[in-house]
Amino acid sequence: MTLGGWLVMVLSVSGVTILFGWCIYKVLTLPDETKKLHGFENNPPDSE
Amino acid sequence: MQPMTSHKEGWSSRLGVILAVSGSAVGLGNFLRFPGQAAQYGGGAFMIAYFVSLVIIGLPICWAEWTMGRYAGQKGFHSAAGAFHVCLKHRLAKYFGVIGVTVPVVIYMYYVVIESWCLGYAVNFLFGNIDFAAPADASAFFGAFIGISADGSAWGLGLDHVGGFLIAVFVLNFVLIYRGVSKGIEWFCTYAMPALVVLALIILIRVMTLGTPDPAIPDNNVNSGLGFMWNPVKVMLSERTADGQWVDVRELLGTAALSQAQTSAAANPDTVRVRSVGVLEQLRKPQLWLAAAGQIFFSLSVGFGVILTYASYLSKRDDVVLSGLSATSANEFCEVGLGGLITLPAGVAFLGVAGVVGQGTFGLGFNVLPMVFSQMPFGAVFGFLFFFLLFLAAVTSSLSMLQPGIAFVEEVLHIGRKQSVAMLGLITAGGSGFVVYFSKDLKALDTLDFWVGTFLIFLLASAQILAFSWGMGVDRGLNEARVGSAIAIPRIFRPIMLWICPLFLLSVFLLWVVENLFGFNLAGGPPEMSSYIRDLIVEPNPVAWFSVTLVVVFGLFSGLLIARASAYKPKNEKDGFQ
Repeated sequence: MTLGGWLVMVLSVSGVTILFGWCIYKVLTLPDETKKLHGFENNPPDSE
Repeated sequence: MQPMTSHKEGWSSRLGVILAVSGSAVGLGNFLRFPGQAAQYGGGAFMIAYFVSLVIIGLPICWAEWTMGRYAGQKGFHSAAGAFHVCLKHRLAKYFGVIGVTVPVVIYMYYVVIESWCLGYAVNFLFGNIDFAAPADASAFFGAFIGISADGSAWGLGLDHVGGFLIAVFVLNFVLIYRGVSKGIEWFCTYAMPALVVLALIILIRVMTLGTPDPAIPDNNVNSGLGFMWNPVKVMLSERTADGQWVDVRELLGTAALSQAQTSAAANPDTVRVRSVGVLEQLRKPQLWLAAAGQIFFSLSVGFGVILTYASYLSKRDDVVLSGLSATSANEFCEVGLGGLITLPAGVAFLGVAGVVGQGTFGLGFNVLPMVFSQMPFGAVFGFLFFFLLFLAAVTSSLSMLQPGIAFVEEVLHIGRKQSVAMLGLITAGGSGFVVYFSKDLKALDTLDFWVGTFLIFLLASAQILAFSWGMGVDRGLNEARVGSAIAIPRIFRPIMLWICPLFLLSVFLLWVVENLFGFNLAGGPPEMSSYIRDLIVEPNPVAWFSVTLVVVFGLFSGLLIARASAYKPKNEKDGFQ
């Protein structure tokens, strides 16, 4: 791989990784984010 | 207008809806189609066009869909027909919903078949049934597995046929969709998406540590594979044809191949040459922009009608801007950060550039990679992990294709989830049975993918961005998006959504029509009639005709349901539409 190839790869991969990391950080640290993930046994908002 | 569904569904957390939308977007295209497209269209140059397309097509349509979906959900509508109905406030607008229902439901009919291939390959790796000695063995296994030689030959319940796997994935999808938005889709994506990323990271580490598997062929290594994928300047071997034209024969990667080609060029300067193709020269090719825009478009699942339905289960104050960006970034991470580093480096390391060049999505996934895993130490384990990863990615996508249909049926017929799931199950089982029976040359699958998975998606995405920017009005739409948003949409997106995105989308669509329907060769070669047109007009193919008829009948049936549905009739003077 050429130097140009390394540059393109590093910029592309790090760019999308940083954006993804930032988004997840923002989502998880928003004050009104209510984390209530559940399994089968819990009662989700779906109801007939 | 009144809420039209008799029961209430919703997401249990912001993270849950983001994982569900990401799951909808992350699919086979991220790991198989993207690397092939990027390598074919110039690596670094392709990435420039790819990121430009992400900003001017991907994000605007994504935000438009999230916003329109949440707005429609507040009015009690969860289908594309309902979204167009309330956003455009025109009596004919609801009929755009025909495309919004047809696209996900018909794509589900053949996507679930491909999903069953992934599960079948994972199970066959687990049982040690896949251990190929030559590429011809991999090709023969795949052909027999999917029944490419004769109609009806794919159906069978053994490990070497699709039938049993298709039933299994069909049942899984409908059990999950029956459980509902939160308890089914969100629950599955909450576990499947992190598992998918972990599996991809394990395979990525394995691929990056492959080095040069066969020291006797030093050019076949991971470094060459990465170069094939990412190098912005391509070094090509060109040969002069009998009519005096120079034609690029293949890309040169690795010192041995380059040195050999240079020696050949020095010995035969009139017929052979080595030349560099720079970034600007590549960016001048319309096919590169068409490929990059198409990849963004299909990868993000914009224009599927899925996000409209998913976002309709949000509440008024739920954020759509950060959620849309998060789902997009998750898809891009899986595509560029994982898919871009796994598939081609592994293929080139074992089979060389010649072994992977020109392979389509299925060729790369079901011929090249099984061959690679067969040659790799502990290949059965990594083969199983990789195809299970593809299977998880496919399930999260196929689930998302069912929900718009469920929402539509509930909306127009006022029926509950049991009845709507049963009805959609019957329709899609018939469609999938049609696809898996007419397996010869994958004619049914290929025809449906062309007319629905490409053509209708272009139409729906265009309709959505025009409905948002011109129908709702871009300022009203952006104000609606701002409600409850955790981050702001940058001001630059106002002109992008109003002008640049529709014009760029229209240009890409026209290029696509010129090349794929009228058969013009954008690379400069002689025009050739599209095989899809030939199958319908010049040499009518019964399977192609059945496939198109299936789509038309489904669309007409949906249109009839929309026309008769009381849900879309104005309830009072205030709701009276034009």
